[in-house]
Amino acid sequence: MDKVRDLASKKAAVIFTKSSCFMCHSIKTLFYELGASPAIHELDQVANGREMEYALRRLGCNPSVPAVFIGGNYIGSAKDIISLHVDGSLKDKLIEAKAIWL
Amino acid sequence: MLRIASPRTDTSTDGDIDDKAPGFQSSQGMVVSDASERSRDQKTLRRLAQNREAARKSRLRKKAYVQQLESSRMQLTQLEQELQRARQQGKYISSSGDAQSISGNGALAFDAEYARWLEEHTRRANELRGALSSHAGDAELRIIVDSLLTHYDDIYRIKAEASKADVFHILSGMWKTPAERCFHWLGGFRPSELLKLLVNKLEPLTEQQLLAITNLQQSSQQAEDALSQGMEALQQSLADTLASSNAQSNSPGNVASYMGQMAMAMGKLGTLENFIRQADNLRQQTLQQLHRILTTRQSARAVIAINDYFSRLRALSSLWLARPRE
Repeated sequence: MDKVRDLASKKAAVIFTKSSCFMCHSIKTLFYELGASPAIHELDQVANGREMEYALRRLGCNPSVPAVFIGGNYIGSAKDIISLHVDGSLKDKLIEAKAIWL
Repeated sequence: MLRIASPRTDTSTDGDIDDKAPGFQSSQGMVVSDASERSRDQKTLRRLAQNREAARKSRLRKKAYVQQLESSRMQLTQLEQELQRARQQGKYISSSGDAQSISGNGALAFDAEYARWLEEHTRRANELRGALSSHAGDAELRIIVDSLLTHYDDIYRIKAEASKADVFHILSGMWKTPAERCFHWLGGFRPSELLKLLVNKLEPLTEQQLLAITNLQQSSQQAEDALSQGMEALQQSLADTLASSNAQSNSPGNVASYMGQMAMAMGKLGTLENFIRQADNLRQQTLQQLHRILTTRQSARAVIAINDYFSRLRALSSLWLARPRE
């Protein structure tokens, strides 16, 4: 969990993914589309990947990836991101965390 | 004794009843009759009255029977048309109505549930249409609109279950009519397209509303693109997995690698369900956000406009299926 929090605090937008996860690909694409440059951590490619995955699950992220953090705060998984994008809150959060500028 | 002509109560033109009793005059003459003639007249009168009544009842029964026949005939015609339509769409029609075989097939079960849902949805949309045209107040409209929005949730719940059972059926769009299938995207309609066709029908919109809807359209478009790209990555990866072939020999190494590839491909197919779920989530969120932006009256018009549009697509499908072919 500490590792997760630590990585999440290092950049305004942070996404935990797996190289085999295609929904992760979609969420990354959405962030790039919005002009954000999120830090991407592929849990199947890094050390402690499995531990971090368990930590994310305990946080309530199901499936464990993609897991999105903005401004160091856990935002949610794919479903949450899409819902927030539709009602405009995603953009607001990204602007507030200085992940994007208008 | 004076006999007065009794008034005729039955105005039928049936000529089979003789209304004229012997010894009876309807004009102003005076007729003298004795006691026996009187009792015979009374019996005759009573008999005639009963005849008239029986004839009248018989005519009413005949009328009711004919009406029933005609409505049955209409129903039969409708059923024949539906059957024809379903056959042309290649759906399986069981003549024995075997419940066992139908419930075992997720696709058939979903098609039936969808048809029921659609029928109910159309009924509610017509109710809304009626309320709008009879100038119902906002409060009443709100109730009907809210019930329709809640009803949308039902079909998404049903789709989620159906995707677990048979994701390829939902993905294929075979549960929709041909013309609707033209526009099929990831298991359903494309939200940004729906918004595009609604914008012109919702005027007058305030500046704020127009801005909000434009933003919503853009957000939806972005989410659609993101999901589409994820799907494409999945397809590419699946193709790569299956194409990475080894020599055809049956050496243990090759067989093991073949099975490994199949296992990987199976895993990839398993993620399709999530794409449909997210696409449906996008549809639900977009509709909910739209109705947050609109007034009650505008919401009502939006719901009706959507219903009309898809009705027309379905009608087009029927025409297409019934077209003369060489």
